[in-house]
Amino acid sequence: MPDLALKDVKVLDLTQHVSGPYCTKLLADYGADVIKVERPGTGDPARCMGPFPRDVPHRERSGIFLHLNTNKRGITLDLKTQSGVSVVKELAAGVDILVENFRPGTMERFGLGYEALRGVNPSLVMTSISNFGQTGPYRDFRSAEIMVYGMGGEMYSTGLDEREPLKLGVNVHLYQGGGTAAVATMGALFASRLQGLGQHVDVSLMETQIGSIDRRMSMLLTYQYTGDVLGRSPLRTAGYPNGVYPCADGYFQITGSRNYFPRAVRMMGSPEFLEDPRWHEPEAQSDSDLQDEFEPMFLMWTLERTKYEAWHTAQESRVLSAPLNTMEDLAHDPEFLRRGAFARIDHPETGPLDYPGRPFTMSESPWSIRRPAPLLGQHNSEVLSGIGYSSEDIVRLRTLGVI
Amino acid sequence: MADLPLSGVRVLDITVVWAGPYCTSFLADLGAEVIRVETINTFVPLGRGSMAHPTEAMLKSLGSFAGGTPDRQPGKRPWNRFPLFNAHARNKRSVTLDLLRPGGMDIFKRLVKVSDVFVENNPTETMEKLGISYELLKGENPEIIMLRMPAYSNDGQYQNYRAFGLHIEGVVGHTLLRGYEDMDSTANSSVLMSDATAGTQGAFAVMAALHFRNRTGKGQLIELSQAENVLPFMGQPFLDYSMNGRSASTIGNRHPFAVQGCYPCRGNDRWVTITIFGDRDWDALVEVMGSPEWGKDTRFQDAVGRYQHQAEIGRRIGEWTCGRDNYDIMHLLQGAGIAAGPVLDQRDAYQDPHLEERGIFEEVTQEDAGTHRYPGTPYKLSEIPMPIRRGPVRLGEDNEYVYKTLLNYSDGEYAEFERQGHIGMDYADDVP
Repeated sequence: MPDLALKDVKVLDLTQHVSGPYCTKLLADYGADVIKVERPGTGDPARCMGPFPRDVPHRERSGIFLHLNTNKRGITLDLKTQSGVSVVKELAAGVDILVENFRPGTMERFGLGYEALRGVNPSLVMTSISNFGQTGPYRDFRSAEIMVYGMGGEMYSTGLDEREPLKLGVNVHLYQGGGTAAVATMGALFASRLQGLGQHVDVSLMETQIGSIDRRMSMLLTYQYTGDVLGRSPLRTAGYPNGVYPCADGYFQITGSRNYFPRAVRMMGSPEFLEDPRWHEPEAQSDSDLQDEFEPMFLMWTLERTKYEAWHTAQESRVLSAPLNTMEDLAHDPEFLRRGAFARIDHPETGPLDYPGRPFTMSESPWSIRRPAPLLGQHNSEVLSGIGYSSEDIVRLRTLGVI
Repeated sequence: MADLPLSGVRVLDITVVWAGPYCTSFLADLGAEVIRVETINTFVPLGRGSMAHPTEAMLKSLGSFAGGTPDRQPGKRPWNRFPLFNAHARNKRSVTLDLLRPGGMDIFKRLVKVSDVFVENNPTETMEKLGISYELLKGENPEIIMLRMPAYSNDGQYQNYRAFGLHIEGVVGHTLLRGYEDMDSTANSSVLMSDATAGTQGAFAVMAALHFRNRTGKGQLIELSQAENVLPFMGQPFLDYSMNGRSASTIGNRHPFAVQGCYPCRGNDRWVTITIFGDRDWDALVEVMGSPEWGKDTRFQDAVGRYQHQAEIGRRIGEWTCGRDNYDIMHLLQGAGIAAGPVLDQRDAYQDPHLEERGIFEEVTQEDAGTHRYPGTPYKLSEIPMPIRRGPVRLGEDNEYVYKTLLNYSDGEYAEFERQGHIGMDYADDVP
């Protein structure tokens, strides 16, 4: 069995929903030993989020929960009880990293604030992920995924200028926030391992968006440099062929305008009508009459081809382009399949299913699936006996509803 | 005083545009010595600008994304004034050498010997033409960590397929999951999500490999396909296909079960997002709006009814928001416990009191670009402050340091490299 990059790293995971679990999934999938703590009875609220097989809700069959919690061991603990808090402290004493994404102040109310945890483990890295950070006037504001995107500012430039700003696909901002938290956590782990320095890492989802999707940092700096506020684009922009076109079986996207135009002409087989020098004059790409003339002819080219035919033909001439794939298209793409980009994972409640695979490959310490997401409380006995609880202790905790 | 977490780690960086440079900016913020290897003899479009020697008129016609230098002036060295570059280039160093000229590869190999990490994000054939491979690097430095970030892969049919982030989005299925519900997919505008995710996860990958090397002494090759790196973000729709054979389509700004939208506010292009999760939120919203008659409509009294009639509810909410300021609405609704927030434009971000108190922007002076406020590191460590230590690096700014201090070349050799066109702080005049 190959070595794993983070196999010597222990993580206590008090996260739920999406951003926190994605942070700890990255750690777990590259080898860390992650113990996930859930509420007894109900567990992570993500267990109630779809998709579910045949659309029947079931706490052990939530697609998003199963995806975000691979390779983790799961225990249940009632953090409102003194015994539950004691178990967290005992576990925290033996780990490198603790990650949580409760609302700010919640960990303190449990008696598990950073000061309390530092008392039991001075070199602990504690990462707190929240909507707006642990300080500041918006700290206690309520949030929603769309708000993270809107207040991060990316949303202002997404969509069409004649319409309202638009969010991205479901929860992608929360994943990106979790990825950024994983970077911050690794940085703090280096300080802990090499300098013995524990610390509290404060990740604000709003701030992870400020400099992230759509090169927001660059747009902020452009405003500083020029005073320009870049917003959304119009439906039709000058230059051709450019944008999304319907094709025989869906949609095809191309960036073939301006300096890429000669490549687009080659892609189209250098048709006779495009030999006319008027298409190649410096102002041709800004000429809307020429664009009106070009677009229907180009549409005939795309409509005669499937999105993959159009893509492969375009790439022969190095034209920037793509099929707009559905999930079905993606799941059957021969290159993604050949490279093993998806992972088939067996789980006692769902049977084997294909999941999204590794975000990157490592030649010496590969991504791996060692276990599927845990059933609720699946590892209670194993984890508690590992820190010295007897089977009688464990029965008592269970009877009292702590686990 | 604690050291920065990655102090002592040296990163060679020949990345371009955004995905790669964003990755190395995380490493530089954390204290790694990131050395950008550049050349004064060729110009990468959207690297340090759209062209090496733009005139003022050209910058104006390029618009602010491709031409947004300070005050739209080229200045003496326009390549040190380009916002897309300067946004990621803080805390980095820059050395110039030309891999295609005699002697260039020798200098490069000496750099590899004294480095820990090498990062690139080019089409596979570009790297082949330069003669750079993992085998070559490993030959010079067995413990090197190499991160490659191709659009799709370094092998197989797509290895040289040309793509920006917006094309990668299409291939991995994200484009069809966003967009206006009432318009078809040809109306879809582009975003560049994979650049950002590849940058973040690339930085994570390098640190995982460094951690592994600290334990085992082994370097390795990391391949981060920019397309594959987005796949985990597609978890819900992908598993919906796996479980139910269904390919999801866009739901616009809607939420899977809450009543949610982006509503117009007072002023030009001003917006607020509001999400109504349950009865408590709904009752609070109706009260804040002054308990209008329509709020008592029996169809809107439970979550299922509201979800069914959300278009009508959305129109009503929009009528209420459109005469009000978006920040006022946020405070009003947050005061009632409702998730509401403005859509920040760039000006708002620089004036936002929360970001101000959190110290997100830092004033930085760079000789060729002047003094401006830059977005800093997107997280905070309690024991290690991470201010921007160096302004966005200028082309060739660290030539003396790299050639003489790091690589021990003599003054004579340095002068010779200068004559050969390796060393300089200006693009050659004939570079377009």
